[in-house]
Amino acid sequence: MILLAALDGLAYGSLIFLVAVGLSLIFGVLGVLNVAHGSFYAIGAYVAASAVLAAAGMGLPVWLAFPLFLVSAILVGVVVGGTVEALLLRRIYGKEEVLQLLVTFAVFMILEDAQKVVFGTQPLFANAPMNWLGTVEVFGIFYTSYQLILIPLVALVVLLGLRWFLRRTSFGRAIIAVTQDREAAMAMGIDATRIYLFTFIIGASLAALGGALSSATTSLTPGIGSGMIVLSFAVAATAGLGRIEGAAVAALMIGLGRSAAVYFAPEFDVLIPYLIMVVVLLIKPEGLFTTVQTRKV
Amino acid sequence: MVRTKLAAALFAATALLGLPAAAQEKPKELVVGIATFLSGPASVFGVPGKNAADLFFEEINAKGGILGVPVKPVYVDEGAGTNQLISEYRRVVQDQGAQIMLGAISSGSCNALAPVAEDLKVVNVMWDCGTQTIFEEGKWKYSVRTQGHAGAEMMATLLYLMKVKPDFKTVAVVNQDYAWGRESWALLQAGLKALKPDVKIVAELFPKFGAPDFSTEITRLSALRPDVVISTSWGGDLDTFVQQAAARGLLKQSTFVLPLAESSMERLGAVMPEGVIVGSRGDHYFLHPKYKNTPEMQGFVKAYKAKTGVYPIYPTFHMNQAVTGLVKAYEKAGAAAGGKWPSKEQVIAAFEGLEFKSLTGTITIRSDHQGLEDQMLGTTKRVPEYPFAVYDKMALYPGKLVTTPLGEKSLDWFAKVKPELVNDKSIETFDYVK
Repeated sequence: MILLAALDGLAYGSLIFLVAVGLSLIFGVLGVLNVAHGSFYAIGAYVAASAVLAAAGMGLPVWLAFPLFLVSAILVGVVVGGTVEALLLRRIYGKEEVLQLLVTFAVFMILEDAQKVVFGTQPLFANAPMNWLGTVEVFGIFYTSYQLILIPLVALVVLLGLRWFLRRTSFGRAIIAVTQDREAAMAMGIDATRIYLFTFIIGASLAALGGALSSATTSLTPGIGSGMIVLSFAVAATAGLGRIEGAAVAALMIGLGRSAAVYFAPEFDVLIPYLIMVVVLLIKPEGLFTTVQTRKV
Repeated sequence: MVRTKLAAALFAATALLGLPAAAQEKPKELVVGIATFLSGPASVFGVPGKNAADLFFEEINAKGGILGVPVKPVYVDEGAGTNQLISEYRRVVQDQGAQIMLGAISSGSCNALAPVAEDLKVVNVMWDCGTQTIFEEGKWKYSVRTQGHAGAEMMATLLYLMKVKPDFKTVAVVNQDYAWGRESWALLQAGLKALKPDVKIVAELFPKFGAPDFSTEITRLSALRPDVVISTSWGGDLDTFVQQAAARGLLKQSTFVLPLAESSMERLGAVMPEGVIVGSRGDHYFLHPKYKNTPEMQGFVKAYKAKTGVYPIYPTFHMNQAVTGLVKAYEKAGAAAGGKWPSKEQVIAAFEGLEFKSLTGTITIRSDHQGLEDQMLGTTKRVPEYPFAVYDKMALYPGKLVTTPLGEKSLDWFAKVKPELVNDKSIETFDYVK
């Protein structure tokens, strides 16, 4: 029973990780707590589902859905994410957190309405990619390969890819340099504006990728972005804001915790992400993976 | 002296009788405020309701309006939250002069709006909300409901389940974690205890409203293998649950009972297999065996499909009942007022005992302002005519049979339901016919 619960938790946690790691990355680099991140998830899901349905309408093979997911995510990241960063967020870096929250919340609300105008209010789903991959049997219980294998695999690739990118590439190192000390980095000739834009696009694309992957398993209705942003905030806060590995561990904890709750105490199902967050923050107020910050003189 | 007294008494009596019938100025237009979900997850019901209302009012206005007065619908978004809804509701009545309000979809909204309507003295037609307690625990002069309630819906569901699968022993429930999910389950559970005391409830799962993933619930149900899985979920949640359960073979392992599935059938398309018990919160179905070929139904389905691209679902039928009921109440009140424009008190009084034909069955409004609405359930079947599952083995339960009797509370009534009700002679049955 515990193993069965763990398998479900793994799949769910992986999906939350994809979205939360983008949120965390943006906060780590830009210092903005972006409420509109939930919209990138929702728009990524809607664009991917529409693309998959359109491809199916044209009689194209189902496997095309997987590259379409990636293309949709990058497209949403560049077009929607890039526009939001360049036109709005750039003006509020370093301003008060309340202002940042208000601006990103306003963007979230505007994008919510935009989704309804573009995609309508009818629930939309495109489950062909999930069914195409079939099922696997574990102890007599059928799981979809899509949720049990594909989603955790993508999450793992993203985790390793991000680590490699930030530590091994010069652009990644430049991002870390800007995160540590923007002024010093700029003095050394790093273009911080470009780095901010690029990071925001990566973060938004990751949220959109989470949405695209979820479009095959869930039905898309107005408001899906708000559910995900709340969970992502819980993950990011539990992990310690800006921590990539931390986001993975926290997402997994929340995923597993939720599964365990459904089995052993269903009434705690909804509460569990917040309980985990509260317990972690009570013990480590800065989050699981933060280190003591050195004070700048 | 005697004469003077008699004259005075006569004068007083005439004045008293004359008061409620006092002629009203005929307005230039009749503003009808409609509370419906235009945002949030519930807009999957709210927007179809609005689309239907637009169609019905266009049709009424094309015929000259209600008693010769054109109708102007004004919409209020329930999705903005209760406080906002109440202030918008007040604004539409006080500033825009709405004489009629149709509110609302959510039971929470109906509970909040009933006292506001009393305060504003505005006729309030509850057009879609299902809470059975509103007229069982409260008495509202200005509010009326032109449809059935959760009690009738859940009683019909129980009777149908007992009829088509009498031998089940274990039941699991997966309902949305909010008032509707909890209350509908409380009713079903009370009825199950009365009808089948030996039944074992093996899992009670209440995933949060709007949950995107039911994998863990499905794994647990796959391991427990209950004979029957009940879910009163709706909208995207129901779509997601059925989709994920179907992908993992669960729909073939247990008998699924989905009393609100009519509104998801078209979207679920090929995902919905045969053999699932489905319902429609009333007898609403564009393929209703008794009414699918009437000119009214065919005209509505054609117009609605042309406007929205999809077949009408139950909120559109509930909207039809509210609008038709309103027109009939105005006609009845107008006749009682001698052809003059009736007052709102006369309109609400006209609702009591009103009987009117909807696009499907006939609705009767009881003296407690609760509507009696027939309930229909069926079992899914796949046919070549449609790319989605249709109802087969339908059973039509008369509203009077399945609605909690006047003066009783639904939970108490469910606790004493008798097995004889399952085979009551008034229940009609139909198979799918092309």
